Amino acid sequence: MARYSAFRLFREGLRGNSGWRPAWRAAEPKPAYDAVVIGGGGHGLATAYYLAKLHGLTNIAVVEKGWIGGGNAGRNTTIIRSNYLYDESAAIYNHALTLWKTLGRELNFNIMMSHRGVINLAHDEGEARQLKRRVEANRLNGVDAEWLDEHGVKEFCPIINISRDIRYPVIGGTLQRSGGVNRHDAVVWGYARKCDEMGVDILQNCEVTGIRVEAGAVIGIDTSRGFIKTPKLASVTAGHTSVIAAMVGLRLPIESHPLQALVSEPLKPIHPCVVMSNAVHVYCSQSDKGELVIGAGIDAHVSYTQRGSIDIIEHQMGSLLELFPIFSRLRLMRQWGGIVDVCPDASPIISKTPVKGFYINGGWGTGGWKATPGSGHAFADLIANDEPNAIAAPFTMERFVTGNLVAEHGAAAVAH
Amino acid sequence: MFVITCPYCGARDQTEFAYAHEAHIARPTDPESMSDADWAEFVFMRKNTKGIYAERWMHAAGCRKFFNALRNTATDEFLAVYRIGEPMPEVSAEGPATPCGEQPGSGNDAVKIMADDSGGGGR
Repeated sequence: MARYSAFRLFREGLRGNSGWRPAWRAAEPKPAYDAVVIGGGGHGLATAYYLAKLHGLTNIAVVEKGWIGGGNAGRNTTIIRSNYLYDESAAIYNHALTLWKTLGRELNFNIMMSHRGVINLAHDEGEARQLKRRVEANRLNGVDAEWLDEHGVKEFCPIINISRDIRYPVIGGTLQRSGGVNRHDAVVWGYARKCDEMGVDILQNCEVTGIRVEAGAVIGIDTSRGFIKTPKLASVTAGHTSVIAAMVGLRLPIESHPLQALVSEPLKPIHPCVVMSNAVHVYCSQSDKGELVIGAGIDAHVSYTQRGSIDIIEHQMGSLLELFPIFSRLRLMRQWGGIVDVCPDASPIISKTPVKGFYINGGWGTGGWKATPGSGHAFADLIANDEPNAIAAPFTMERFVTGNLVAEHGAAAVAH
Repeated sequence: MFVITCPYCGARDQTEFAYAHEAHIARPTDPESMSDADWAEFVFMRKNTKGIYAERWMHAAGCRKFFNALRNTATDEFLAVYRIGEPMPEVSAEGPATPCGEQPGSGNDAVKIMADDSGGGGR
């Protein structure tokens, strides 16, 4: 496959852009594969990529109900950070952050990774203490983190309102300078292109309708494009993990909720970083197109409709305007919802299951995007070796029986 | 946003209600004899059905009573509300077209009703 480069861009410009080819084939399903990944989102494609690249499994397929980039990969707010409290979380999210740093080069695809810094605000003394604890925990785990007082926050993000007269004044915040944002479509397209190059079949418009199990082991899947035989099946279906698991009679500790996000009209560059606030609950960054990308909390109820409630949006707009009064006359252009699978401890499941050959990666809650490469890397290792590696081991389903939860809810998970 | 019919107070805005998750999870009658796996099942495992789902709501800004509801989580349509202790009403809905309830490749705009045997989705 031809490399993408500045030279190539220039040459194609002179030739009327007639030389570009599709980034991946429109593959037809083969009767059998060595492994099949359900779900062509970021995590699914990353899983297939590392299976092919690091474990030599190239006779594999990614089956995707819709199209690449059309699911939650296209619905998140692309925030990248790894400043989680617990060692287990820091390990996987920081592993992901390390991979993000060179992923664009590795994939030969500009994923527009921007390490512009992520600030998590504190609005009261209790929260400040908790965030300072997190800074220290992060440093022990090699995650870059620092504490800023409100003037430090103001210096890093000049448009923020640090007045003491607001309902929840900003009294400081943590900063992870290596955090930031990237371009969601580019990531999935880049992964899909490289997967395809290594011979992985990407089967779009191919919905899994059933999983065939014989003698406790997976033998294949029924799809809208026919039966596909495979001894190894990996579900990476954010938002529908329970639906897929139910096909083999498994119940999971997951509830699915709508999570909404919004973008404003495009502005000239004004917001230099990512600002998140758990207490007033909003997070905001500015995309390279100039739009503000704004998100907040989930709807409390279980739903698969990708529609959230307007009161959630009202709440986050109120929070946004208190932190950034400068945005008060902005118009919002688009609003959408995605479905997030939330585990009780706000940590993911990367696990084998009681069904031999059936693996689950899911339950990333509201913050899976940042983990994409690390998740795929660890999950591919699990699928190839049938044993979780050190990074994946804390996230098996057994933790709900043993009680070894990685309880990030209080520590990090309200706002992702 | 929903308009939810509280069986005690009538139709009210969703903002008056607190969600109380899956309904009909019976407390263990013999906790002493339960294994860790049994506890995990009771405490953590959920049906999380796409389709007809029995769930609890609490009228937090009203009568503050808990009640049950049947809602289609694929369309957000409320099919029934009933008081705690009352049997789950029979409701009917169209059968599932596909597991995700949509035409493949259609995106998620046209979600369709997906029935569930109210024990399914789980096991």
